[in-house]
Amino acid sequence: MGLLRREVGKTVKEPIISVRDLGISFPGKQRAEPTHVLRSVNLEVRQGEFVCLVGPSGCGKTTLLNIITGFIRQSKGEVLVQGTPVTGPDPKRIFVFQDNGVFPWLTVEQNIGFGLSRRPRNERREIVHHYVQMVGLTGFERAYPRELSGGMRQRVEIARALAPNPEIIYMDEPFGALDFITRMKMRTDLTRIWQEEKKTILFVTHDIEESVQLADRVVVISQRPGTIRKQIEIELPRPRDLDSPEYLQVRDEIFETMGMSLKVGAG
Amino acid sequence: MNRSVLSILLPVAVLLVVYFLWDGAVLLSNTDIFPRPYQVFLGIGELIQRGVLLKYVVASLFRVSIGFTLAVLIGVPFGLLLGWFRPAFLAFNPLIQILRPISPIAWIPIAILWFHVDDRAPIFLIFLSSLFPITVTSIAAVQNIQPVYVRAAQNFGLTRLDLFRRVIFPACLPQIITSLRISLGIAWLVVVAAEMIAVNSGLGYLIIDARNAGKRYDLVVAGMLMIGLIGLILDLLIRRLERFEEVKWGYFGGR
Repeated sequence: MGLLRREVGKTVKEPIISVRDLGISFPGKQRAEPTHVLRSVNLEVRQGEFVCLVGPSGCGKTTLLNIITGFIRQSKGEVLVQGTPVTGPDPKRIFVFQDNGVFPWLTVEQNIGFGLSRRPRNERREIVHHYVQMVGLTGFERAYPRELSGGMRQRVEIARALAPNPEIIYMDEPFGALDFITRMKMRTDLTRIWQEEKKTILFVTHDIEESVQLADRVVVISQRPGTIRKQIEIELPRPRDLDSPEYLQVRDEIFETMGMSLKVGAG
Repeated sequence: MNRSVLSILLPVAVLLVVYFLWDGAVLLSNTDIFPRPYQVFLGIGELIQRGVLLKYVVASLFRVSIGFTLAVLIGVPFGLLLGWFRPAFLAFNPLIQILRPISPIAWIPIAILWFHVDDRAPIFLIFLSSLFPITVTSIAAVQNIQPVYVRAAQNFGLTRLDLFRRVIFPACLPQIITSLRISLGIAWLVVVAAEMIAVNSGLGYLIIDARNAGKRYDLVVAGMLMIGLIGLILDLLIRRLERFEEVKWGYFGGR
């Protein structure tokens, strides 16, 4: 298969991430059975693609993202990024955490410049300035995270992830702790940033609406042991109309795949 | 009345009540040994005139600063290291836990044996009294560091040294500062006890000497008052460390 691809050349893009037959189990306490968290996961992500992983809580989607990043080791299978097996975290692929990983002892600009310590100072200042503007934090450069709102802190983290110019950004429910209106705004901003920066984004969420609003493709993961149940390409043009029948149709398809009712209160 | 006025008026009122209760009790009891408050203030004046007060305060502060500084220089790096390297923690923790509950006062005979009646004895005792709280807090600070900070740092490809310098140390700093504050308080308690036995100068010596050489309880209480006041000043000074922007997040409702 590798040979075939090479012959075709650049017309078929090699996936930037490929996950093959991946599984992970955690040993059970005392003599209990081990817990199988993920089972035979196969996934390919193309360069520049925005992929959302959705699934019920506890399905192992965060674990999957942690394995792909290299924070956790899988029990079975392999993860290749740009053709090379992942052995640990790498500054070319930055993780945006669910529980805000912005450093509270650094200012906004020091946080954003955190991954740029090896660059010359002028260059660093320019890059930091660029991303401060991009995430709309002009005027807050010298502020400390404790002086910012939750949404602003999450922007700092996104800017910090973008600044070293990584190829891939992994996001683990980055908007999970934000209120509804802030979350909507952050989605719009993330889409804009993704369009400007052309990064590959792998985004974990339990929010189906969020995945349909953001992604090129939604990957639905089943209950534990998690495995991929369905992949749905979302070809809706951006900015996405949340009232359009096409949007609702895709959304409902995912709801159904996850075995959920669309009627609240139906016994 | 606004709060800042109250915060001065109320403590002053309490101090006045204590003053008169003390004075009244001494008068009522007809004691000729226990001093009246004004005699204590005269005693402080006498100590200043004799030129010993400043000398003894400096002697005590000198011992505390040397012993405490040594404890910080050794305790913080040692604690951070033990918190980070599990095998080192497993190896040293039992020893620390056995030594820790031994009161520094219990070390006085050994301190005199090793250092004779010399500045080094109280310095050693102060060092011991500060070392354990600082080390134990530093260990716990590293062990309880938010994993998200370490992961983020690893993600940005930091070397081990940079990880320590740029993430682990600043993440632990608020707790370390708290432990400095607590152990400086303990050091100030210990220096008095050490000076009563192991040396011939300092505020502790002043108290024991005033009692032994002529039952001068006015000077005893004067010495106690000075210890209290200087302890308060030390605490106010070290609390200033908590005001740095880099550590504020650790004190005022998280990040």
